[in-house]
This record gives sequence, C-alpha cells and structure tokens, in this order.
Amino acid sequence: MAEPLGLFTDTSICIGCKACEVACKEWNQLPGNTPQFRDSFDNTGQLDAQNWRHVKFIERMPDEPMTVGNGHAWLMMSDICKHCTHASCLEVCPTQAIIKTEFNTVFIQQDVCNGCRDCIGACPYGAIGFNQDTGTVHKCTMCYDRLQNNMEPACAKACPTQSIQFGKLADLQKKADARLETLKAQGNSDAQLYGRDDAVYGGLGAFFLLMDKPEVYGLPNKENAVLPSRNNAKSYFGALVTAVIAVFAGMVAFRRNGSTGAVDDGDGTRASNG
Amino acid sequence: MAEHFVQPPAWWWYILGYFFVAGLSGGSYTLATMLRFWGGERDQAIARIGFLVAFPLAVVCGILLTVDLGQPLRFWHMMINTTPGNYGLSFKYWSPISLGTWVLLTYSALSFLSFLEALGALGSLSGAFGRLLNVIGSVLALFIASYTGVVLSVSNQPVWSDTWTLGGLFLASALSGSAALLAWFAHSRPEAASTQRRLLRADGIFALLELLLIVVFFATLAAAGTLSHELAGPWIVIWILVFASLVPPLMDLRHDWRVNPSFSARGRTFTASTAFIVLAGVFLMRLAIIFSAQS
Repeated sequence: MAEPLGLFTDTSICIGCKACEVACKEWNQLPGNTPQFRDSFDNTGQLDAQNWRHVKFIERMPDEPMTVGNGHAWLMMSDICKHCTHASCLEVCPTQAIIKTEFNTVFIQQDVCNGCRDCIGACPYGAIGFNQDTGTVHKCTMCYDRLQNNMEPACAKACPTQSIQFGKLADLQKKADARLETLKAQGNSDAQLYGRDDAVYGGLGAFFLLMDKPEVYGLPNKENAVLPSRNNAKSYFGALVTAVIAVFAGMVAFRRNGSTGAVDDGDGTRASNG
Repeated sequence: MAEHFVQPPAWWWYILGYFFVAGLSGGSYTLATMLRFWGGERDQAIARIGFLVAFPLAVVCGILLTVDLGQPLRFWHMMINTTPGNYGLSFKYWSPISLGTWVLLTYSALSFLSFLEALGALGSLSGAFGRLLNVIGSVLALFIASYTGVVLSVSNQPVWSDTWTLGGLFLASALSGSAALLAWFAHSRPEAASTQRRLLRADGIFALLELLLIVVFFATLAAAGTLSHELAGPWIVIWILVFASLVPPLMDLRHDWRVNPSFSARGRTFTASTAFIVLAGVFLMRLAIIFSAQS
C-alpha cells in the first residue's frame, strides 16, 4: 500500500469562492444542477450524487460586538467525503462495492454497486447520494484517477487560497498542527482540528481546521462519531428475547389443554366447560 | 443524543412492502410449525395453510427487494463479490443486509420444501426429517420477521439508530399479523373453529408484546431526544391508528382470560374485520417507522 494521502481543509482561509465545486464537477464530469437560491450564498445545498464538494456558508451573527481575531461570525467550509479510516459506509455495504484504495481513501466501485443505498443511511456526514441515471451511489473519490497518475485532486488544484491542501497525510497533519498553533496564538480560542487524530472514525483522510465546534459545521463531534455496527448486538439481542417470549407464548396459546375453561377433546377440537 | 447529519436512503414503498411481506411470511411459517408441534389433528389444516402461505410470500420478498435496487440485475452482487481480484462469496455477518440476504435465500429454500410437503408432494418429509426442517425453518423465519428492524437500527439515521427495539417490535407485530391472517383463513372452515380460537389467543399475546415494545421504543427515542421527530406531523395520527389496531386482539385476549362462554361465537364474527385491522396495523407501524425517520 502506498503512503496514505489526504486533504487538509483550513476553513479559516476559505473565502467561499466555490472554485473547488466547479473544478470537481469539471474533472469528474458531474452534471450541473439547477441553482437553489437560499438565504445565503449557498446554492448547492448539500453533498449528493452530483455535488462531491459543497461550500457551506454558516452565518453566525453575534448580538454583541466581537473583538479582533474572533471572526467566526460568518463561517465557510468546503465540505467533502471525509474518507474515514473506519468508514460507516464501507462497514454496512453488503456488496463490498465500497473499498479502501491503496491511498487509504474510500472508493465506490461503480460496476459492483447495485444501488441498495444502505450506505446513504450509514454515512454520518451525508456525503453519499443516489444517482437515478446510473442506479448506483456516488461520492467524492478524492480524484482516484488523478492520484493514480501522481496528480493532486481537482479541488485542491483549483483552490486559490490554499484552503484545500493535498499531500501525504502525515505531512498535512504537521502543517495543520502548526496552523492551529498560529491561530491559537492569535487569540482564536475556538479553533480546532477535526479528524486529525483517531478520535473521529479512526482519523479522517479529509480533515479540517474549524473555527468553532464541529456541530456548528454539521459535523458529529467525537462523542457522536459512532459506527452503525454499535447497534448490532443489542438489536439482535432484543429480537432474540422477543423470539423466545413469542415461542413460549405460542406454546401457551396452542397447547392442547388450556386454562381458559375450555378443554380439548384430544383431537384438536375444543368444547367449553363454562 | 447521537447527533448525525445523515441523509435518508430513500427506502420507500418497495422496502415497506418487503418489511410487511417478510413479517407475514416468517410469522406464518413459525405459527404453522407451532400448530404442527403443539396443535391437535384438526389444527393441521391451518398449519398446512401457513406453510402454503409462507413460501409465495418469501418469493414476493425477493421480488420486492430486487426491484428496489437501483440496479436490479445486479441483485446477485449481494452474494457474490465481483471486485476485480477479489472474486468469491460476499458475506459480512456484521452487515444485517448481507446476513439477511443469505438467511432469506436459505429460508426460501426450506419454505419451498415445506410448501411442497403441505401440497402433499413430499410425503417422505412428514417424519422426523420433516420436523427438523420445520424447526430450522422456523428459526430462519423468526430471523426474517425480525432482522428488518435490525437493518434500520444498524445505521446512523435518527430514530432508527436511536433504539434497540425495532427487531423485537417487528417480530411481535409480524406474529400478530400472521396469527390474524391464519385466523382469517380458518374463518370459513367450521372444522377449524378451535384452531381459530387458539390463533386469536396467540394474536392477543403477540399484540400485548407488541404494545409493550412500542412503549419501550418510544422510551428509547425519548431518551435519545428523537421522539418528537417520530411523532411529528402526520405520524402521530398513524401511531394512533396503530394503537387502535391493537385493540381487537387485546380485547380477544381479555375475553379469553375471562372465560367468556360466548367468546367462541363472537370471536368468529370478529375475525374477518379483526384480521384486516390487525394487518393494517402491521403495515402502518412499519410505515410510520420507515417514513418518519426519512422525512
């Protein structure tokens, strides 16, 4: 396996230009979608089958005046599949269409996927969408074809502010640590790295520097970064207990001599003694 | 509260139909086995009907699951890994859909044998081997009737993943609906009056179990902070209808326990409408759980 590669998105310098969205669509030949005119500058709406990059605009206008360096009133974040080390989508996929590549990224094999959509309900980031035309699910591939040809993903290539950086994961993590240290020194007490370590799904191949809590950006915090399989044992146990009770209940109901005042005549017919 | 930002998988009518039919197939097979093992001679006619119902419904299950896929012709990818360089069987015990696929396949085969036996085409299966077949088939049938709830829970979808009760709840509901269905089949058979009575008694117990599990289901959602999501908008009306559908079988159970001599006659007049009401409740309960979480 090659050395893990990744994307580091520094939201503190994202200007919301959406060049990443456009580059992603162009390279991956994703169809355009009718712009949605929302309250803010977001006219993509969400990650889905045809939007593998999505710039979120989070408007948080505080009531009181802010001090210099605490500019988290208007947050921008270029969202993407997180390429989790422990990926919920990969865990539940029954066809094994979702795999880990040699770069430790998460990839959906289009010729294997049969469109059961189990992965959509598993991904806690809403990064996977179903395409009616292909009958399969789609998400960011981290430009797997470009990686195989020693090229960086289209989004990182197009980003004019270096908010999206591509490279070896270990190198990116060092850069992120340094950047966080700088921001903290500047008084940005809320700045934090998301997915840089293994607290969130074993570490993310696409990790972030955030200027506020993860929930503000629509990301589960580390307490809520849980895999679907957490519910396997207790759900099956609940079903098993119910099955045992039901079989016992059936035995009570179908037994030949009941306690209801009716007696069985021995061949399955019953007569009341009441 | 597990706060996730997941999108709905767009599991709508085909999946709802599958969950409903799978419950009735598994429930009918299980009840037929119970009647065969614990019932008398005159119960065997309805036991045979249970086996005759279970297999065709299992076939419908496969059809519904297949047409729900985005690529129906790739249904076999559930069982065969077609990843280049990694060909072979595909089995992930920790994925309920993967596990369920294999169990459904095996259950369909066994229910087919029981179907043939019920038709009288396989006389040799009526002995010990036949009983073993029924036991194994019933274990798989119980799984089929319940695992659909586990499929929902093993996700990160709000409501579904906030509870551990769905497997048991779907099973209790499936058995209740199946008992009502078989009781309805017994309705037009005078010789099956005692079988019908037993089925109604079983239906009452299953309905009571279902009621308890619904209460626990709501309690787990309340603890997770998603109960309001489940009961929002039209779904509270659906849930009221589900509760209403539990009344007839619970009333039957009350009559049964009170040793009401007139119960037999009243029970028979109730059955056709009771069956419809109970089956509607089975359907609506799944509708509320599947659709509300995705809305």
